[in-house]
Amino acid sequence: MIHGVPSPPVTADLAVDAHGLVKTFGDVRALDGVDLVVPRGTVVGLLGPNGSGKTTTVRILATLLQATAGTAKVNGFDVKSQADDVRRSIGLTGQYAAVDEFLTGRENLMMFGGLYHLDKAYVSERSDELLATFDLVDAADRPAKTYSGGMRRRLDLAASLIAKPGILFLDEPTTGLDPRSRIGLWNVMKGLVAEGTTVLLTTQYLDEADQLADDIVVLDHGKVIAHGTSSALKDEIGGDRLEVRLAREDQTSQAVSALVPLATGEIVTQDGLISAPITGGSTTLIEAVRALDAQQIEVDDIALRRPTLDDVFLSLTGHATEDETPAPPSRSRRRGPVRR
Amino acid sequence: MSAVYAKRPPLGWTVHDSIIITRATILASFRIPEALFFQLIQPVIFVILFAYVFGAAIPIPGADPTSAPDASLYRQYLMPGIFGQTVAFAAAASTVGLAEAMQRGIIDRYRALPMSQPAALIGNTIANALRQILALTVLSITGLIVGWRINDGIWNAILAYLLLLLFAYTVTWVGAFVGLSVRNSETASTAGLIWIFPLTFLSNAFVPITALPTWLQYFAAYNPISSLVLACRELFGNPIGTQPDFWPLQNPVEYTIISCAVVIAIFAPLAVRKFRTAASR
Ligand SMILES: Nc1ncnc2c1ncn2[C@@H]1O[C@H](COP(=O)(O)OP(=O)(O)OP(=O)(O)O)[C@@H](O)[C@H]1O
Ligand SMILES: [Mg+2]
Repeated sequence: MIHGVPSPPVTADLAVDAHGLVKTFGDVRALDGVDLVVPRGTVVGLLGPNGSGKTTTVRILATLLQATAGTAKVNGFDVKSQADDVRRSIGLTGQYAAVDEFLTGRENLMMFGGLYHLDKAYVSERSDELLATFDLVDAADRPAKTYSGGMRRRLDLAASLIAKPGILFLDEPTTGLDPRSRIGLWNVMKGLVAEGTTVLLTTQYLDEADQLADDIVVLDHGKVIAHGTSSALKDEIGGDRLEVRLAREDQTSQAVSALVPLATGEIVTQDGLISAPITGGSTTLIEAVRALDAQQIEVDDIALRRPTLDDVFLSLTGHATEDETPAPPSRSRRRGPVRR
Repeated sequence: MSAVYAKRPPLGWTVHDSIIITRATILASFRIPEALFFQLIQPVIFVILFAYVFGAAIPIPGADPTSAPDASLYRQYLMPGIFGQTVAFAAAASTVGLAEAMQRGIIDRYRALPMSQPAALIGNTIANALRQILALTVLSITGLIVGWRINDGIWNAILAYLLLLLFAYTVTWVGAFVGLSVRNSETASTAGLIWIFPLTFLSNAFVPITALPTWLQYFAAYNPISSLVLACRELFGNPIGTQPDFWPLQNPVEYTIISCAVVIAIFAPLAVRKFRTAASR
């Protein structure tokens, strides 16, 4: 008898469907009523600062933790009562690379393949394929202990892909990687998504969510404080800003009037820094340089500043990401149906 | 092409998964030559220490002085004690191994797999016990060099070695439970040893029970390490000294097997439960 991935209940067009997840550790309320929906074939980015509950959410969905309250279904299976079916449906890459460092890359993949109860010949072929995809062919027969951080991460990801799971949970997959490895990993993830894999990705970086996610869920202190596409979230906090620092402060009012035609809202000046909300990105930046130059205004520095996670936080919660004080009552925005 | 799953193996998935973990754990342990070296060298040092340093100072009451030449009498007596001590320390390796695996997130990974959950621990404990075969081999050779002998036939000797491995397997479950409870690998190296030291020294491993104060004799007599060591002394045909009148010491093989069964029956389910609910941080 061939024992394959059980077919999910017919209604499961949601890869993840979680409602009111609460998790307490003693006095710590790590999750405080999280709703999370990941439609099949999409990438959802779970964005939040340290301690916001990203890992806790992923661990509950991956059956590693039991929620104190709330329900969650993954691939249509209940994480509590159908844990084995959930485990067969997912691949998990935890926040810290979890490979056996005394085994070689290939031995790790063979071992995990066996533990997924996959056919041996298939695992062997699939391992070769994954080692090639993740640029680990040369290191395949060296113990993972000798790998760099980036290589371990890639091996870790490869291990979670051995059974070709339809749903992938990635907990901060690129934290600690150099820019090159990070972009490499992004490309691999994009490839998986193109093949139809559903991904729930946690990250502390807005640009990562931006690059990969169709939808972003912002977590803070165990609560969902915002939910929407990347551009929607950025628009909400005012989009891009043009920041100009002048060489001579007496030219400030002249500069502001030169920028007014380009600004999409109120221009603010603080500590000699002029900040103007704009759209149009670098085209507008070039226009601004021209406009200032035409008036012979001396510019020290001019830059296009894209909103960062800090900006999103500041605007959504009134406190910065590193601020540990409790959030004011959350103002949930854009909690409607998820757009694709 | 989608993933191809294997047929259900004849002995079921738990056996299948346990074998995979056993193999991986043994393979990994051979890749840490330093650890392997110290694991093997420690008992050898004990042999030399006890045989040549303390040996002369510890008399064995009731032993027939004609049964072996005087110099090697204590060494004959000592070797089964060192065997027992060595397999007891197998627990510490399992404590540290599992705490480290937990800290590195490997346990999380196992727990998110559709594998048999007890298999992760069964494989780990079997691997740990099997590793003792190597330690016992090195020890036996050292013993032969210093004058220890197998005097009661090969079958009894094999039974003694099997008892030692059963004991190693048993304490490994206790070690696994401790490792999964402390979670932190630094704490684990202490917690893994703290209960083994008194257990091995409050036994007949190095001194005859009759040499202990009376109240300690009770503890030592019911200490499974005593019955294990005594059983080995009998089965190897080594001197046993006089034994106080306690059932475990009159029936050491039976008592050892019974206590191993009881300890496994208690600690295996506890360890598996810890494993299931383990949080890595
Ligand atoms: N096992 C645990 N015991 C006690 N508290 C815990 C445990 N796991 C998590 N917490 C607490 O729950 C909260 C959420 O933690 P979680 O790991 O989910 O955050 P995170 O968003 O993943 O943070 P990071 O970006 O640092 O990974 C934190 O306050 C954390 O201290
Ligand atoms: Mg985390």
